[in-house]
Amino acid sequence: MSRQVVITGLGTISGLGIGVEALWDGLTSGRSAIDRVRAFDPSGFDAQIAAEVDAEFKVNQFVPKSYRKATKVMARDIGLAVAAADQAVRDAGLITPGVDAAQERTYPGNRTGCHIGAGLIAADITELTEAMSHATDASGAFDIHKWGESGMEQLTPLWLLKYLPNMLACHVTIVHEAQGPSNTITCGEASSGLSIGESLRVIQRGAADMCFCGGAESKLNEMAFYRQQLMDRLNTSSNDTPAAAVKPYDTHAAGTAMGEGGGIVTLEALDTATARGAKAYAELVGFGASHTVYPQGNGLVPDPAGKGIAAAIRAALRDADLTPGDIDVVVPSGAAIPEWDTADVAALSTVFGDALADVPLWTSKPFVGNCGAGSGALDVAAAAMMLHKQTLPARINCDAPREGVNAATAPSASRDINHVLVFTTSLGGQNVALILKRA
Amino acid sequence: MSHNTAPPHRVVITGIGAVTPLGHDVETLWSNLLAGKSGIGPIEHFDGSTFPTTFCAHVRDYDHRKFVRHPEYHEHVGLNTRFALGAARQAWGAAGLDDYDTLDRDRVGLYLGSGEGSLDFTNYVATNLAGWSAENRAIDSVAWAKEARQRFDRWGEIEQEANMTLYHLAQELSVGGPAYNCLTACAASTQAIGEATEILRRGDADVMISGGAHTMIHPLGVTGFNRLTALSERNDDPTSASRPFNATRDGFVLGEGSGMVILETLGHATARGATILAEVIGYGSSADAYRITDIHPEGRGPISAMRLALEEAGVTPQDIDYISAHGTGTKENDSIETLAVKAVFGEHAKSVPVSSIKSMLGHLIAAAGAVELITCVLAIRDGKVPPTRNLHTPDPALDLDYVPNTPRDTTVDVALSNSFGFGGQNDTLIIRRYE
Repeated sequence: MSRQVVITGLGTISGLGIGVEALWDGLTSGRSAIDRVRAFDPSGFDAQIAAEVDAEFKVNQFVPKSYRKATKVMARDIGLAVAAADQAVRDAGLITPGVDAAQERTYPGNRTGCHIGAGLIAADITELTEAMSHATDASGAFDIHKWGESGMEQLTPLWLLKYLPNMLACHVTIVHEAQGPSNTITCGEASSGLSIGESLRVIQRGAADMCFCGGAESKLNEMAFYRQQLMDRLNTSSNDTPAAAVKPYDTHAAGTAMGEGGGIVTLEALDTATARGAKAYAELVGFGASHTVYPQGNGLVPDPAGKGIAAAIRAALRDADLTPGDIDVVVPSGAAIPEWDTADVAALSTVFGDALADVPLWTSKPFVGNCGAGSGALDVAAAAMMLHKQTLPARINCDAPREGVNAATAPSASRDINHVLVFTTSLGGQNVALILKRA
Repeated sequence: MSHNTAPPHRVVITGIGAVTPLGHDVETLWSNLLAGKSGIGPIEHFDGSTFPTTFCAHVRDYDHRKFVRHPEYHEHVGLNTRFALGAARQAWGAAGLDDYDTLDRDRVGLYLGSGEGSLDFTNYVATNLAGWSAENRAIDSVAWAKEARQRFDRWGEIEQEANMTLYHLAQELSVGGPAYNCLTACAASTQAIGEATEILRRGDADVMISGGAHTMIHPLGVTGFNRLTALSERNDDPTSASRPFNATRDGFVLGEGSGMVILETLGHATARGATILAEVIGYGSSADAYRITDIHPEGRGPISAMRLALEEAGVTPQDIDYISAHGTGTKENDSIETLAVKAVFGEHAKSVPVSSIKSMLGHLIAAAGAVELITCVLAIRDGKVPPTRNLHTPDPALDLDYVPNTPRDTTVDVALSNSFGFGGQNDTLIIRRYE
């Protein structure tokens, strides 16, 4: 008999702020965090808007004093994950060495796992180009001989460690001395959902009692942002009206906006969580994953029939032993890219049939943008809060919804919510679905 | 909870495939490993002649189009995906799945530990320098973007994402089951195979394609490892540079390539009459949770991974006939891995052959563990253990049986394979002869 697993702590960081209360306040008040890009001058880019984390954010405020030196080797993505983990563990009322080394920890280190999704972390081009500017020839072109001889010495010896995707999880395991199973999943936007699912399985099979899981990413740097422009995913027509730019399931949807951020949730076995008297936001009852087979799309365009997405949703329903009629709210990917919205809706129609019109779809993208590997964790945190507060937060930017979907703009409202389905699709074709149940 | 009340499925390996510096197929690789050959030579992907390290282990003269059935799906793929396609197609064919028409492809999943694609270095550097404002010591983002528009190619950029190898394998083999890519540095493909095994045990798929592919032999990869002083700098003698467990070891040697295995529930494999190569019986995953830059001095992470794998396998250290070491050839790794093996195996430690094929292949980073597990499968099949090449000056502190320089004829029924990642993620797999 596998163990039941509950969500006991939520740590989020996004354009709506740090900590889950800030997220929830923004979502319920209908406030979009999407604004003109501040991280660099976006004037030369087609899309110039994004949901960025507060400029004041500094990760060294979220680690023990003894670990502050290590923040120097944390790329932005790593810092976001470390801060979110700190928020989550405190929210859960768990003691780890990262919270208070003087107190006895709640769970032994070797019963604490860590599965954190990550993206392709872009190097800081200012740091790198500064170094490379010392290795140019008379014409100003890069000279790889000079780079090999001496130029590379301009880089700090630990330079590479800032950018390995597994460093999100590794720093979290070190701060909290989490010595149990640990993994780093890199499947684009599906990364955090898959990581949460893997933590669920690890606890179910008894390999850990508690796990940190989720993901984080920032594409708010020139190179990563430009890659998104090359993929034709970004809204380029609303640079002057950023808060209204992202319109999932609206017939005028015209592309997504990048965000930065992510979330870490603490999962615990119900038996051990109950034994310590923990509160639970929700129970995690279903998990399913799949890959889209649609070679015509080259990874860039989804299958319009949404078959892969439907397979993941059905697997999660089977895992939870539920039927579509049990689902009260769906938190879909909702990229606001027309082809991707079409795939979402096709998948949902396949699973829900005509009943789809009765199930509210709620999406985070108009608020916090597409946070890459952090997206799914923010969605799971929002879903857990919906169950906890019995409230469907505001829906914005959908004044002309697609036919047959329940996604229209609406203020936050109380609602009986027993099960929330969260699903995420990635650029590249990985699909993940999770089902949360009222605790 | 309606599921997972059934006892876990047994999981077997029914196909293996590899593309490596010592051969583009499993049998060539294996005969070269048993002959103690080295795949190491000068860096050819770029001009590394002035780098602190000028050599590596390349996959040479390889063409993935010899293996794939749908070359039109993969026109823009980078090296790591090319390696993966060849290895996966070999494994798939070897498992007898090419012509198995009744396969339920939604019950076939993928769990890879594949690396990111290689950066388009020339255009990246040129764009960055064009955007560099010397007086401000900063990037002028507008100038940078203007240059970027002239230089970057959409397809080259998308292929750098670390989920794209997964995407291409799913399309090539037309499989829609659970799909993951993990990237726990040097432990990635061992972890992938372990987690794929758990998915099958639970019955969430019938077949999993698993393994890894990687190359970090590009200017910033070599730069990064050189700055860490992790690479051997024995430029005057590349083929002897990778010397795990040797007193004179000075770092690892970068390699590249891919290893893939087909994992299957025993029930599915026997029902279709598949040839079973070995059974996966144990998997352990742990974190050092110590420091970003150093391995825990007593090897608590590796010890924990090995113990968890033994526990899941239900075997004792005395049952292990061969250990495929992580054995990178860095001072720290080889010392601590030896300590960890001794802690887990006790008195028996000195009786178990322990070897590192990285002495011949270099370090395939994310792909290393899968190729090493494949050699464990072959060790069981042939009763031969590959040697640790370049072990002429034993380190007095390292006193296990490292199978120096020549292969060993010995019965192997149960083999254990270790992989430890930078940052402290550790994974161990145990496989057994299937009877």
